[in-house]
Amino acid sequence: MPSHDGSSLLEARGLYHRFGRARVLHGLDLTLAPGEALAVTGPNGAGKTTLLRILAGLMRPSAGEVRVMGRPLARGDHQARRDIGLLTHQSLLYDDLTLLENLTFAARLYQLDRPGEAARAALERAGLWERADELPRRLSRGLLQRAAIARALLHTPKVLLLDEPFTALDAPAAARLRSELQSGLAQGSGLVLVTHHLAEAWALASRVAVLVGGRWVVDEPRTGSIEAFLPRYPGLIGA
Amino acid sequence: MLSALRLALAIAAKDIRAELRSKTALLSALVFAALVLVVFNFARDPTILSPADLAPSVLWVTFALAAMLALNRAFTIERENAALDGLLLAPVPREALFLGKLVANLAFVGTVELVTLPLFTLFFGVSLWEVLPGIIAVTALATIGFVAVGTIFSAMAVRTRFAELMLPVLLLPFMVPPLIGAVQVTSRLLAGRPLSEMLGWLRLLALYDIVFVTLCTLAFAAVVDE
Repeated sequence: MPSHDGSSLLEARGLYHRFGRARVLHGLDLTLAPGEALAVTGPNGAGKTTLLRILAGLMRPSAGEVRVMGRPLARGDHQARRDIGLLTHQSLLYDDLTLLENLTFAARLYQLDRPGEAARAALERAGLWERADELPRRLSRGLLQRAAIARALLHTPKVLLLDEPFTALDAPAAARLRSELQSGLAQGSGLVLVTHHLAEAWALASRVAVLVGGRWVVDEPRTGSIEAFLPRYPGLIGA
Repeated sequence: MLSALRLALAIAAKDIRAELRSKTALLSALVFAALVLVVFNFARDPTILSPADLAPSVLWVTFALAAMLALNRAFTIERENAALDGLLLAPVPREALFLGKLVANLAFVGTVELVTLPLFTLFFGVSLWEVLPGIIAVTALATIGFVAVGTIFSAMAVRTRFAELMLPVLLLPFMVPPLIGAVQVTSRLLAGRPLSEMLGWLRLLALYDIVFVTLCTLAFAAVVDE
């Protein structure tokens, strides 16, 4: 477990979480270095989404601590959140605002210079500029996912937390997302990618972790091919 | 401080823009206010109670009920697509988030009140023209207080299964002091009483505003952060 020497983008120590009597996380540790991409997989109910929400600061763990760039993700410290980008199963977009209005508002929340231009650039990167005036509720599932990704990446966060980012994306959009994430990793950002479809994230990942019952059963560098890893997976999750 | 104010204004502008596009809450509250006035108008017996006796209570019951509808939308808009997560993820001080929501809610409730006043004069035959500045002042004083409390309760209620029911249950007891004060001042205004007879109530309303706007601003983080 590395110390808080400033080299980690994200560091979690001893994360425990319970919902009522149900224990969801059991003392998880996690570190993420610049340029590192951690692919997290595991069966349903393993605690992956809870882990992601705690790492994003949306939930407080029952015990344990999360640090972003060495700063504790404490309730009053809003600046630590500036470096986090989160993609969830929900788009986080307002149905009564157009895509451009949604992203411009998000850019204002992150106090970006020229929010309108930042929003436009994000929509262009996502291939959505021609749909800038459309309302989210009128978009297909795939287009909505692209808009949600554009919102998550808008402020070029150092730590990206993505829950099933490739869901509903067509092949060109998935390739564009991979390329954008790779470019971010090359510039020193870090990525935690939660997925049930490891094959989609394999090329991006530098580490692979498997979460079962709120505990890591594997956390290792990604080596070899996905074909070599997949036969191990049922044994790891006890299937 | 300046950036927090800018953030608050951005949040308020977002809410107002979204509401102007959908018009759902504003129109519902306006129609509801008109219906309440119609019901009160036909339910009273003019031979027993003069309009001037009943008017202040009717006005403030209408304002309170219509405000409740408008306040319900404050955080239901954040529930769709988990937009509230987007707000909470951003580096926005929770005080700025509360102030933004408060400003937007004041704009909605203020609009409903502004439209309700002429309808009220129409149904009850009460002339407000001479006392309009006083009516506007007492409306502003009372509205700020209960909208501040309504904003924080709306944030609490939206996480429950029955948000639309929870808000009135939580809010109505806290609305009692400003409503009593507002009814008292309004009846004195309509009766042409001197300002000195209203000062005590006006002080109560101002104190309520100061205490609850401060308390709600400080307590908001504890309500929205899990």
